[in-house]
Amino acid sequence: MGQLIKDLIDTVTKPVPYFLGSALLLAVVLKFRKISTKLSLIAAFFLIGSAFLVWAWGDPNFNRIVTKPDNVPIIILIFSVVFFSWLSLRRAYLNDERIKAGRPSLEGELSKQKVFTWPDLVYIELICMVLFTAALIIWSVSIEAPIEEYAATARTPNPSKAPWYFLGLQELLVYFDPWIAGVLLPSYIVVGLMAIPYLDVNPKGNGYYTFEERPFAVSFFWVGFLLFWVSFVILGTFLRGPNWSFFGPFEYWDLHKLEPMVNVDLSTYFWVELLGQPRPSAPLVREAPGIAFILGYFLILPKLLERPLLKAFYAGAREHLVRYHVFMHLLLWFGLVPLKMLLRWTVSLKYFVGIPEWFFNI
Amino acid sequence: MNKLLDALRSTQVWKSIFRHGYPDTPRNRTLAILSNVFLHLHPVKVRRSGIQLSYTWCMGGLTFFLFLVETITGLLLMFYYRPTAELAYQDIFALREHVPIGVMREVHRWAAHLMVITVWLHMYRVFLTGSYKPPREFNWNIGVILLVITLLLSFTGYLLPWDQLAVWAITVGTNMARATPFLGHEGPGAALISFGGLDFVHAGDDVRFGLLGGRFVGDAALLRFYVLHCVGFPLVAAVLMAVHFWRVRKDGGISGPL
Ligand code: HEM
Repeated sequence: MGQLIKDLIDTVTKPVPYFLGSALLLAVVLKFRKISTKLSLIAAFFLIGSAFLVWAWGDPNFNRIVTKPDNVPIIILIFSVVFFSWLSLRRAYLNDERIKAGRPSLEGELSKQKVFTWPDLVYIELICMVLFTAALIIWSVSIEAPIEEYAATARTPNPSKAPWYFLGLQELLVYFDPWIAGVLLPSYIVVGLMAIPYLDVNPKGNGYYTFEERPFAVSFFWVGFLLFWVSFVILGTFLRGPNWSFFGPFEYWDLHKLEPMVNVDLSTYFWVELLGQPRPSAPLVREAPGIAFILGYFLILPKLLERPLLKAFYAGAREHLVRYHVFMHLLLWFGLVPLKMLLRWTVSLKYFVGIPEWFFNI
Repeated sequence: MNKLLDALRSTQVWKSIFRHGYPDTPRNRTLAILSNVFLHLHPVKVRRSGIQLSYTWCMGGLTFFLFLVETITGLLLMFYYRPTAELAYQDIFALREHVPIGVMREVHRWAAHLMVITVWLHMYRVFLTGSYKPPREFNWNIGVILLVITLLLSFTGYLLPWDQLAVWAITVGTNMARATPFLGHEGPGAALISFGGLDFVHAGDDVRFGLLGGRFVGDAALLRFYVLHCVGFPLVAAVLMAVHFWRVRKDGGISGPL
């Protein structure tokens, strides 16, 4: 029985079911807010989660990976992210119900009262500080900070992992070359975050939790933060082992586990499979289909979608055209990630455009 | 006892420090905030909605608190640490062996991890309450830079123990810089920047070289990361936090329905 559960978990945590399952879970939680924001649900999550940890502790493989001192924060991350997502959605749901009933939001009601900073706020801060100091000291006394062997440039550890908060980006290296996964996408994330206040022109939902007044914004951030950032960090920490191969949480980290990777460029599909001829040698000719696709994706698609999407996001107001195009550009880069992932899983696509001669692979 | 306290309170020393009585009257509560340089980051009165724990999650405050913890423990660690490849590892190792109650390194490391989590959650909260909307757009941007600085602080600190974990994590991280378009020697477009067959962007002068002060993670990289970690980034973070807090107030305090 125990083994069966372990095998099952090892199977569903494989990248494809893991990712699709998480996406589905997010959608279900957001859709059925009335049920997913129930108190009993979060209580159940914490109970089952803790029980699972205790039960799985006994497994040597699970234990080895979870008890690494630097992985403790990831456990904290999982529980706190789930809790706060639940909390925010609960408050959003309650507010949405109030607003529908013609009452002010909870924040609206409370914001009419003003209280003295001393003691009301100062005490909250003090208590938070004391609790966190205590927690930090207990944590520090009970778990030693790791120190491994003296650095040796000749001995590469396997796997070599970036610090945990960058593992989402390292995971993207499976699908993209470093210039995209390590340089372009991080830059776009920062720029994109900074652009948010200037792209979102919806005046509603300023200063209170709500879902129904800004369904796209909230869902989008959930997908971006929970699905593509936090869940990738978890995947990278717990489920990626030697050679960045996938390992289930109960699987032994076998150095020789090889995952056959025969990925195919779009140009091969086009010239060899479709036209039945060898690939031309001139890079630009050879990659013409991929280049056409990328140009179409980034330049023509936003134009084609201009009418419906401008309407959807900016009420069709043409003064927001610049906003729309900046937004679409960022969105399309973001969309390239799941697109590439899906194509990799289904048709083993390696590159849309593959010009290794110039380090230019997309 | 009360008499003693009263006597104490009427001394010149006490009066020179505290300009008001115990804050249990509106007047004294106001003065408590206004006459204290740290507390007066706060307004005297706040909206009830803004201080609800389930509204702010206290995540911004905790991030700031953890930053202070890092500053204090980091300062203590600096007494015991010399940033050279030869000595760094040994110094970190000695912390455990020779320094009594040596948990400073632990507190510093775990608080650093926590700070990354709290800053993410803070951003998450700010987004979900729509607090980036006017008039707080600019403060959201300061926040994004603070987020990047927080990650960079953590990243530069990761190298300092100079063990296998540290050096290889930084190697993996900085290898990305090789692929920077135009500026990294394995990046697209770098080959275009050449003149008469001479490449201008190569492993000996690209961005990664600039970052590390060498072709690989060595002594120069350690010193660079150390200086940035202990002086550069904390200074920038402190200045930006001051701006951030100032702005929270100038934008009308913690957000709430208009
Ligand atoms: C070192 C990092 C940071 C520190 C120490 C910090 C600290 C704070 C504090 C103490 C507040 C008061 C309200 C609260 O506690 O929630 C606040 C508010 C705010 N923060 Fe941050 N923050 C940091 C990073 C960020 C980031 C990453 C963002 C967003 C990307 C951000 C955006 C904001 C905004 C827009 C407000 C105003 C929110 C409101 O009025 O409700 N901050 N910050």
